[in-house]
This record gives sequence, structure tokens and C-alpha cells, in this order.
Amino acid sequence: MAFVRQVLVIMAKDLRAELRTKEAINASLSFALVVLLLFSFAFDPSEETTREISGGLLWIVFAFAGTLLLNRSFARELGNDCLDALISAPIPGSALFLGKALANYVLVMAVELIALPLFGVFYNVRWTSQFWQLMLVIALGTWGMTVTGTIFSALTVNIRLREVMLPILNFPILIPALLGAMQLTSTLVAGKPITVENDAWLKMLIGFDVMYTAVSVFLVETVLVGG
Amino acid sequence: MRDKIIYVLGLVAILLLARDLYLITGFPAERNQGVIFKIIFFHVPMAITALTCALVAFTSSILFLVTKKFQFDALAVAVTEVGLAFLAGNLITGSIWGRVAWGIWWTWDARLTSALVCWLLYAGYLMLRNAIEEPTQRATFAAVFSIFAFIDVPIVIFSIKWWRTQHPQPVFWGGGSFPPDWKAVFGWQMLAVLLVGVVFTLVRLRQEQFQREIDSLRRMAHAL
Repeated sequence: MAFVRQVLVIMAKDLRAELRTKEAINASLSFALVVLLLFSFAFDPSEETTREISGGLLWIVFAFAGTLLLNRSFARELGNDCLDALISAPIPGSALFLGKALANYVLVMAVELIALPLFGVFYNVRWTSQFWQLMLVIALGTWGMTVTGTIFSALTVNIRLREVMLPILNFPILIPALLGAMQLTSTLVAGKPITVENDAWLKMLIGFDVMYTAVSVFLVETVLVGG
Repeated sequence: MRDKIIYVLGLVAILLLARDLYLITGFPAERNQGVIFKIIFFHVPMAITALTCALVAFTSSILFLVTKKFQFDALAVAVTEVGLAFLAGNLITGSIWGRVAWGIWWTWDARLTSALVCWLLYAGYLMLRNAIEEPTQRATFAAVFSIFAFIDVPIVIFSIKWWRTQHPQPVFWGGGSFPPDWKAVFGWQMLAVLLVGVVFTLVRLRQEQFQREIDSLRRMAHAL
């Protein structure tokens, strides 16, 4: 139980720090809006075409906006050597990692849940017909994105070109998860439920999440002290 | 001693390649695809060599994290660079074949896409290394990323396979047929390409060792 409490303390700390300044979440949100706007120039925002590619559009927005938040996750701790203090704190590295991952998850989900209805309004897409299944896909896809994003945020925090390295490392790893999430989101937004035909994507998403959570928890200690 | 081994292996590889090339040009053109079919003698061995490299990189990354011995880090980076070169060769020969057989340079078929994603994954590994100065940190972080990347390879392959498939089914384990004498040459060609990979890796490994020696000498000179 001590472990759960440690995770929650780290998570609360990160959320409090972010919600007091709101710097990353504001940046991420306005960036999501800009990308949504840009897509309207790239594609004809009439209903037929956008509905078919809506899953792809949404997840590109989510991935870009999420990266901005994830970049800040460990970079925030650089000032005043807070990262060293956190590493030397009497908690396991996995608790630190999970706390940060959960805080990032809440923030990224918040941005996504604001961007989603805006997408529906701008592109005239009625996305609510399969609401709960869509929420499930977004929850799973976002966790995959957050868990690898958080570990790579720790990996890149001290290196040159930090802001550029995170997406370069994270996006190729995320391709299977993003691909699955895009396929499912497109189907669900079109009003069709997940069936036996496409639940392989859902299984793949769950598998991706479980596997990368396990590997990250296992290797995070190495990343934190190995530097 | 090490140098001699490299030279001997290199010589064997060159001789084998020359022999195979001679035999391959002597084969008749394939019935449906014509001469371009023969690119398979380079295309497939390069793919297998690249996959072998990824496996070796994964193993040596784990060994580095366990033992903290820098030989394993050197092996991991050497083998990743060589594998990336072979995967690039695989993509390029595939592209040339696609231009002749399908009429297009590139298509978002399952295997092509997975190969490209894997290439990007391991290119990220090299970029990560370039961005870190401190040797221990570089080796540790690169090893962690290599493990992440290797785990991703099967997921990428399977997920993209569900997404779409257009690549011709494998000639060997699928329904296709390959005459026995072609098979023998293919085996030798496989060995030759693998040997080229081994030689490249050994050369790169030696560079990596020299680099470390130079770095430590430089540190000594600074300390004086």
C-alpha cells in the first residue's frame, strides 16, 4: 500500500505544479487547436471525406499535443536540481515513474477530451454514437502514448536537442498503437461498433499497453540512475 | 590477429559473392517476372541479415545493462549501424523490384511499411547516441532504447500485416517454388551476405575500440 501512496503523492505533486502554472497544458491545448485548424486547409472539411480519415486526424492531433506535455514532465524537474532530489527520495524509481505517467495521463486525456468535441463541431462529425467504446479506445491509446512518452521523457531530459529527440524516439515506437487507435477511432466515429472483425486492434492496443508498462517499470531505475 | 581474421573473412565474402554473381547471371530469366526476379538473391539475404543484426543488438544491449562492460555497447552500436545499412539495401532493392514488377517505386504494403518503420526505429537509436556525450550514460540509454525498439519489431510487423498486404508471398515457405540449383545458390548467397555483415561489424567494432582508446588518452592528457 505504501507503493500506491508514493505513486499518488508524485502524481498529485505533478498535477498541482502543472495546474498552478498551466504552462504546458495551455501550450498543448492551443497547439491542438492550431493543428485542427490546419487540417481544415489540408483536407476538404466536408462530412464524407473527413469521417473516413477522422481517426487518423484525431490521433495525429493527440500525439502532437501530447508530446508537448510529455516533454515538460521531466524537464520541469531540471531547475534547482529537483530531479536529483526526486531520484534520491526514499521511493522506488517505479513509483516515481508511475506517478509521473499517471499525472501525464490525466493531462493528456484532458487535452484530448477538449479537442474531441471541438473536432466534432469544426468538422461536423457526430462522434457520440459509440461514445463508451470510443472512450475505451482513447483511454487505451493514450495510456500507450503516455507510458512510452514518460520513459523517453526521462531518457531525453539531460541530453542535447531534448525537445526534438522525444518525438523522434517516441513516434516510431508508438506506430502500432497509433495505427490500432486510428483504425478503431475511424470505425467508431462512423457509428459502427467494435466487432469480432476488428477487435484484434483492441487486443493489440491492450497488449501494447501491458507490455510497455511492464518494460518501462522494469527499466526505469536504470534510466534514472544510469545517467 | 584480429586484423588477419577480418581480411580472411572479407576475402572469403568477396570470392563467394563473385561466384554467386557468376552463377546468378547464368540462370535463365523467370517466366513471369523476367530478369528482375533475380534481385531476390540480394533482397532476401539483406533482410535476414538486418533481422539478425537487430537480434544481436538486442542481446548485447541486455548484456551491457547486466554486465556494464563496454564491449557489449560497442557491439550493439556496430551491429545496429550495419543492420541499418542492410535494411536500407533491402528497401532499395525492393523498391527497384517494385518499379519493374508493379510499376511503382513505393506502395504502402505491409512488409514495405514495417521495414520502413523498423529503419526509423533504429535510426532513432543512432540519433539518441549522437545526442549524448557522456559514455556511460550514452551506453545505458542506448541499450534501454534498443530493448524498446526490438520489442516493437514483432508488434509493428503484425499490426501492419493486419492493416494491409500486397507483398508477394514468400517464395520459400509460401506456395512459390524455387528450382533446387537456385536454392543452393541462394544458400551460398545468404552466407556471403551474412559474411559481409560480419566483416562490416568487426571493422566497425575496431573503430569503436580505437575511439574509446583515443578518448581515454585525451582524458589523460587533459589531466596532466
